[in-house]
Amino acid sequence: MSHQATAPGHGGGPGTDQKTTDAPVLNKAVPVRHPGRWLSAIIIIGALAALVQSMLTNTNFRWDVVGTYILDVKVVQGVGWTLLLTVISMVLAIVLAILLAFMRQSENPVLRWSAWGWVWFFRGTPIYTQLVFWGLVSVLYPKIAAGVPFGPEFFSFDTSTVITATVAAILGLGLNESAYLAEIFRAGLKSVDKGQMEAAEALGMGKTKIMWRIILPQAMRIIVPPTGNETISMLKTTSLVLAVPFTLDLTFATNALANRTYLPVPLLIVAASWYLLITSILMVGQYYVEAYYGKGVDNLAPAPMNPAAAKAAVARTQSTEAAPRSPEESS
Amino acid sequence: MMTVTTEEPLVKIEGLHKFFGQHHVLRGIDLSIKSGEVSVVIGPSGSGKSTMLRCVNLLETISAGRISVDGKLIGYREIDGKLHDLKTKEIAAQRRDIGMVFQRFNLFAHKTALQNVMEAPVQVRGQSKAAARTRAMELLDRVGLADRSGHYPSQLSGGQQQRVAIARALAMDPALMLFDEPTSALDPELVGDVLNVMKDLATSGMTMIVVTHEIGFAREVGDRLTFMDAGVVVESGDPREMIAHPQELRTQEFLSRVL
Ligand SMILES: Nc1ncnc2c1ncn2[C@@H]1O[C@H](COP(=O)(O)OP(=O)(O)OP(=O)(O)O)[C@@H](O)[C@H]1O
Ligand SMILES: [Mg+2]
Repeated sequence: MSHQATAPGHGGGPGTDQKTTDAPVLNKAVPVRHPGRWLSAIIIIGALAALVQSMLTNTNFRWDVVGTYILDVKVVQGVGWTLLLTVISMVLAIVLAILLAFMRQSENPVLRWSAWGWVWFFRGTPIYTQLVFWGLVSVLYPKIAAGVPFGPEFFSFDTSTVITATVAAILGLGLNESAYLAEIFRAGLKSVDKGQMEAAEALGMGKTKIMWRIILPQAMRIIVPPTGNETISMLKTTSLVLAVPFTLDLTFATNALANRTYLPVPLLIVAASWYLLITSILMVGQYYVEAYYGKGVDNLAPAPMNPAAAKAAVARTQSTEAAPRSPEESS
Repeated sequence: MMTVTTEEPLVKIEGLHKFFGQHHVLRGIDLSIKSGEVSVVIGPSGSGKSTMLRCVNLLETISAGRISVDGKLIGYREIDGKLHDLKTKEIAAQRRDIGMVFQRFNLFAHKTALQNVMEAPVQVRGQSKAAARTRAMELLDRVGLADRSGHYPSQLSGGQQQRVAIARALAMDPALMLFDEPTSALDPELVGDVLNVMKDLATSGMTMIVVTHEIGFAREVGDRLTFMDAGVVVESGDPREMIAHPQELRTQEFLSRVL
């Protein structure tokens, strides 16, 4: 019983049993037929062809108008504003959601209940109502002042100069979204095995480090797919900012052009094409983010080997081959 | 070396009680472990072995009694005979010198073996990455896994994961190592590798509390064997002596079932 560190890598390591002298005769079996697949393909391709044909031949689509306006300055600017609203509102929502999810897990009951109340309110009222409300804040509170309630005032400003239509739109979209994301983040945090937290605690890591370095990165695996979904949803929800009213986004731009030209259909196609393009780009992004956070679980791409150790392991395997029964194996 | 008579035990558990709600799980445990000693704890399922171990590094709160490690009270500060809870930060600091190995390994799933071992030295002790990496590779080599440093836990066998977990705990240079049934979740043929690493560690003078069902390990490596049942210590003594001639009826019954 003197052996202590057993040599790793023995027992079917690479290159031990691979050398066969006779190449085997490969099986040639008749594959199973799948008539259902062929049938469904024919039906779907047929339907698509009919659709494309009708879209090309039906002159009411006015593809020439689509071509004229797809890169129109107003439209492209609208795309820019829509993207800007989506990104900034999402960032705001994610920051708030992480905060809310942590608050929900806190031992402090005040924080727990405030977070719960926030989610209750912003999830429980329509986004449209909230957007209109943010648009009206400057009417409701013409002046905002910071100070002690019923006490001295430190500074104040005119609401309309700070809560512009853009800010109102971002606040409306972001705060509403934060309530949904908070629930997604909470579910993600809860999905991480309790043992991970205990192992980190046992190593003497502090609460914040455990959250950011151990729990959250693993929760991201669960959080990213629905958050991607929410981002795509947000992209389209930005079309509601007219409620603020905010009048620079893609939907407003194409609607305005449609009203001017009396050609709603081609301009709807313009808008839809842009939304589809952005969604597709977001989906590609999501793929990479998912791959990143799936590492160690879903994404088991070849683990980088320590070169020196790999060399040593190969040397060991070779010496095992020379003397097939290593002392470790015979014990 | 100090003389044996004046040597304070490294770990002193006195009158430890633990309640889960109404459930009285630990009913007055007393146990001391000297520096360098390997203390093996056995007992039937549900007897409170894990709970006792978890109290030592405060994964469970202590309902009554005291635990001190290296002369320092765990989890509390005593001022004029009155106990005050330690802050989370202070508890974290106490845990740094106590290594823990879990039944289910609990390696960080999103980190490679090397990153698992480096994590606490870098993040908690503030070591440089280069220094932590060198030390981590040494430890992985010591547990026979230097060539698996780049693997994620899901790419390692249970026995390999447990050995990485041991290396991870050792990277903090703990004064005391706690093992909670480290081989219970392993296939029989993988148990040996982990026990060998633990033997090696015991030989090197590490103070260890080992909860296990491996009587062979207790006999071979243990300096003291403690049998727990229903939240109390039934019998404690020299492992070889106790396994051969258990004094208490309950110990006899338990040993006859597991041997
Ligand atoms: N978090 C908890 N909440 C409530 N009861 C618990 C909790 N943890 C443990 N217990 C109870 O405490 C008792 C002792 O559990 P413990 O895990 O310490 O036993 P054990 O001796 O380690 O058993 P095993 O050999 O099965 O691991 C059990 O009855 C268990 O149900
Ligand atoms: Mg247990």
